Amino acid sequence: MTIVLEARQLVKKFGGITATDHIDFRLPEGARHALIGPNGAGKTTFVNLLSGVLVPTSGEILLAGKDVTGWSARRRAHAGMARTFQINQLFADLTPVETLMLTIAERENAGWAWFRPVGARTDFVDEAVQLLADLGLSDIAHLRVGELAYGKQRLLEIAVALAQKPKVLLLDEPAAGVPEHEREQILDVVAALPSSVALILIEHDMHLVFRFAKSISVLVNGGLFVEGTPDEIANDPRVRQVYLGEEVVHV
Amino acid sequence: MTDQTLSTKPTQNAVAARSVLLGRARWGIAEYAFWAIAIALYFVMPNKLMLLSEIAILGLLALSIDLVLGYAGIVTLGQGAFFGVGAYAAGLAARYGAGDAPWSDPLLGLLIGGGVAGLLGFVTSFLVLRGSDLSRLMVTLGVALIVEELVNQMKWLTGGSDGLQGVMPSAVLGIWDFDLYGKTAYLYSLAVLFVLFFIARRIVKSPFGLSLLAIKGNPLRTRAIGLPINGRLVTVYTIGAIYAGIAGALVTQTTQFASPDYVAFHRSADALLMLVFGGAGHLYGGLIGSVIFRVMQDFLGNITPQYWQFWLGLMLVLLVLFVRGGILGLLAKMRDRMMRKEENAP
Repeated sequence: MTIVLEARQLVKKFGGITATDHIDFRLPEGARHALIGPNGAGKTTFVNLLSGVLVPTSGEILLAGKDVTGWSARRRAHAGMARTFQINQLFADLTPVETLMLTIAERENAGWAWFRPVGARTDFVDEAVQLLADLGLSDIAHLRVGELAYGKQRLLEIAVALAQKPKVLLLDEPAAGVPEHEREQILDVVAALPSSVALILIEHDMHLVFRFAKSISVLVNGGLFVEGTPDEIANDPRVRQVYLGEEVVHV
Repeated sequence: MTDQTLSTKPTQNAVAARSVLLGRARWGIAEYAFWAIAIALYFVMPNKLMLLSEIAILGLLALSIDLVLGYAGIVTLGQGAFFGVGAYAAGLAARYGAGDAPWSDPLLGLLIGGGVAGLLGFVTSFLVLRGSDLSRLMVTLGVALIVEELVNQMKWLTGGSDGLQGVMPSAVLGIWDFDLYGKTAYLYSLAVLFVLFFIARRIVKSPFGLSLLAIKGNPLRTRAIGLPINGRLVTVYTIGAIYAGIAGALVTQTTQFASPDYVAFHRSADALLMLVFGGAGHLYGGLIGSVIFRVMQDFLGNITPQYWQFWLGLMLVLLVLFVRGGILGLLAKMRDRMMRKEENAP
């Protein structure tokens, strides 16, 4: 199986604290991989290293076989890496359509066009509209993002990442903070993501993890604690001890 | 019927989206009116043409700040540096080429003024790529102070505190000579303003313009979607400098004089103030702000010549505290409220 994303002996230190401790990690094509671990285990740091927001102290990151360790987030994005953020990072003053138009234009290297208006590329408009329809965002397509309900913003986070047509998609707690009645919609969207995309899901919500993940890594204190199928993880007494604690897992 | 509606639904959405997006770039009635009034003023106020010309030029300077601040979110207190550099560059060209085509040609002067200012803008743009609003404010102010001091000290070139005398631009397009009443000055300034405004309008409504708003809105996300932030900021800052330089060239040509006052700190501050008055991020904000600023200066200056800035300061405080977004922001808010009322009405 082709490996699309790989981390080799990845280390990140913040002063005396080791947030990422010699992680070796391989993500095959079309993976549905979940990254779990107690608070402060270094999940978001790991994602920030993979996506290029942070520079690792040592180690290597390979995207589609290329060493991207020294690459900026921007360059990695063009090479097929997309992510969503745990806390929404959207453009409050733009509309969802504009947000996607912007993303598509950058993907197609058309973001420098300065003379024709934003709607002139009808192929981009069609793609943006289709993507919004796929995610059930059609009726709010032209509202200010800042005015949208939180759950809709979470969906737009995913839509933006999908508009990049990524090879690897990092979903950082997609359902975090979403009220119960909007949650199902997000679960459906995550379930329906195209199989061509290799997925890393960081999630506290065990329901979501065990519903979608085909493989799971458990991070503890910045290091990779154990890796396995959902069944193996759920029945691993060490995992119960360090992470799940008193909580009982329903598979 | 129902089947058809269902099957064509995505296309309908797409058609609607196209028209919404393109509609944002379409010229509105208020815009046509704005420019019609600007032309009409030529006939209505024939004895105020020099003032009107000055307003158009200040409007262009404020427009240049709007591109940089209102769209790309770069806080600047140094736009006066580009204005001044453009003023002196065009002035020197017209002075040493006095009467000789092509060096004293006004349009060439605009190119020279805009070009030199643009070059300075490009070089200094790398200083504003990083840092907080405060550090950008200080860096742009610092560059402006350096330019101001250079202009004052390089007497052999700039005439120092006496200003640059003997600026003699030839006739515009070889036809219209600059006259004492400002007839040529106003129409010329207005025409240049309109052309540059038109280009700026294309820019801000384009994908490039959208990306500026995105950078201003959320740099973290713009990086994540692969957008080259630095390249965009360097470009818009350079464009802003070119615009300010052309405004400077215009003022030198129309007044046939370049003064160290053009590079003074208050020039940058005044222009920023005009933009805030009118409302940043609308393109028209700077233009409307410059009208209000100069008219107030004239009007209040007549009533209370010693402390007209007192009233200016008071208005500024009230406007920023109670009407965020300037006059255009206020108008937009009122329009939204009215539209909502109409929607709610049965």
